[in-house]
Amino acid sequence: MTWVWANLDLIWDRTLDHLILSVPPIILSFVIALPLGWLANRFRFSRGAILTASGLLYAIPSFPMFIVLPALVGTTLRSPLNLVIALTIYGVALMVRVVADGLASVDADVQRSAVAIGFSAWTNFWQVELPLSGPVLLAGLRVVAVSTVSLATVGAVIGAQSLGSLFTDGFQRGIQAEIITGIVATVLLALLLDGALVAAGRLALPWTRVRKAVKADARLRLPVEVTP
Amino acid sequence: MIEFRSVSKQFPDGTLAVDDFSLTLPSHRTTVLVGSSGSGKTTLLRMINRMVDPTAGSIEIDGVDIASLEPVKLRRSIGYVMQNSGLLPHRKVVDNVATVPLLRGVPRKKARADALAMLDTVGLDRALADRYPSQLSGGQQQRVGVARGLAVNPNILLMDEPFGAVDPIVRAELQQELIRLQTELGKTVVFVTHDVDEAFLLGDQVVILQEGGRIAQIGSPADILAHPANDFVASFIGADRGKRVLHVERHDGRDVLVDSDGRLAGVLVGDSAPGQVGVSR
Repeated sequence: MTWVWANLDLIWDRTLDHLILSVPPIILSFVIALPLGWLANRFRFSRGAILTASGLLYAIPSFPMFIVLPALVGTTLRSPLNLVIALTIYGVALMVRVVADGLASVDADVQRSAVAIGFSAWTNFWQVELPLSGPVLLAGLRVVAVSTVSLATVGAVIGAQSLGSLFTDGFQRGIQAEIITGIVATVLLALLLDGALVAAGRLALPWTRVRKAVKADARLRLPVEVTP
Repeated sequence: MIEFRSVSKQFPDGTLAVDDFSLTLPSHRTTVLVGSSGSGKTTLLRMINRMVDPTAGSIEIDGVDIASLEPVKLRRSIGYVMQNSGLLPHRKVVDNVATVPLLRGVPRKKARADALAMLDTVGLDRALADRYPSQLSGGQQQRVGVARGLAVNPNILLMDEPFGAVDPIVRAELQQELIRLQTELGKTVVFVTHDVDEAFLLGDQVVILQEGGRIAQIGSPADILAHPANDFVASFIGADRGKRVLHVERHDGRDVLVDSDGRLAGVLVGDSAPGQVGVSR
């Protein structure tokens, strides 16, 4: 613990670095996955192609990616931007499927009635489909957040300072306390972001928390007859 | 007035849902389209707000061909109530009712105030305004659906089996409520159902449909009951059996009405001259 007390400033700085590296990819991957997931859900032919392609992104090993990226996007080899881009790519890989599944989870009756009462395609997406897929999107976003925080530690290897720098430095200098601090701090940061997302979800999706319908009434309802 | 002119609808898979259908639906009256599955009744209803576009023929509302109207704008001017209410689960009751006014650009405050007043109209307690649909019973949800359909004070109200998924007691209550509303508001109501009793109860004009939207008979409930056009209609409305076939039997000096199962249906009162028969239960 003495190492921790003596190095609080360092730990705090690395935590901030870590946040700066991991928060933008979480947001960016959501924003990029939104139109892709919508497209995957909207048309049958695009679904397979987009989901397979985005899933494959996750299979790219991270080290080759860090070497190839600077050449592709014109950053320097040791720029933290490489890490942000790589983490965004991994986030997109997870999130596209989540968005597609989330949009598909919206009750068809609700969608049909939204169109029937006069939602345009645009207002329908923002005011009906997106909020109603919220619970699924939130679940996906939590996975992306935690995995991004954990992946961001590799930045230490390519020169982007993060909590991961505490383990690389700890290994090189044989300071066990520093290694453990890096691990614990990473886990705590992941939990913190996860908690923040859950809290944001509670605020943004208040209807998911209401007591579910009068159950007895639901049982009384007759089976729905489907007519064309 | 809504007019169907030789309307046909063939779906991409080849099924002919509606074949050369013509009908006039008078204003301020309730027209009920009744038929079993495959009769095209829902397809016909959805054509009125361009959820489905006909492959041939035209539909006019007050003399305007709706094919010339922008679908989204048209839909915002027509009330729509469907089975299972179709309410937006993420919006409170009051916001559900205010949905279409808000889409049409009514200021938020006014839309909400109007929505609260509309809850009164359909017989819902304002205390429910801040609940979510999942917190309401099926019957209450359906009332909110009706309130939403009426929120922009449309001339036309489309109702697609709106009471099909609630239990019989609540259904009877909702039917009476609709009759009361209709006497007050006088909308042009187009109501789709597969239930003949519901059609006869609610309809000023009842249209009995066969496969492919072929009209078996159009008329007032009394016309249809008194003179079924053919065997299909007679059997569809059950004119040849059960509760609809009553005959008079003499019992202790009074005329009682008995149905075809031999069950007592009522007592004949007053003058028994034709046209003045009253049944009391």
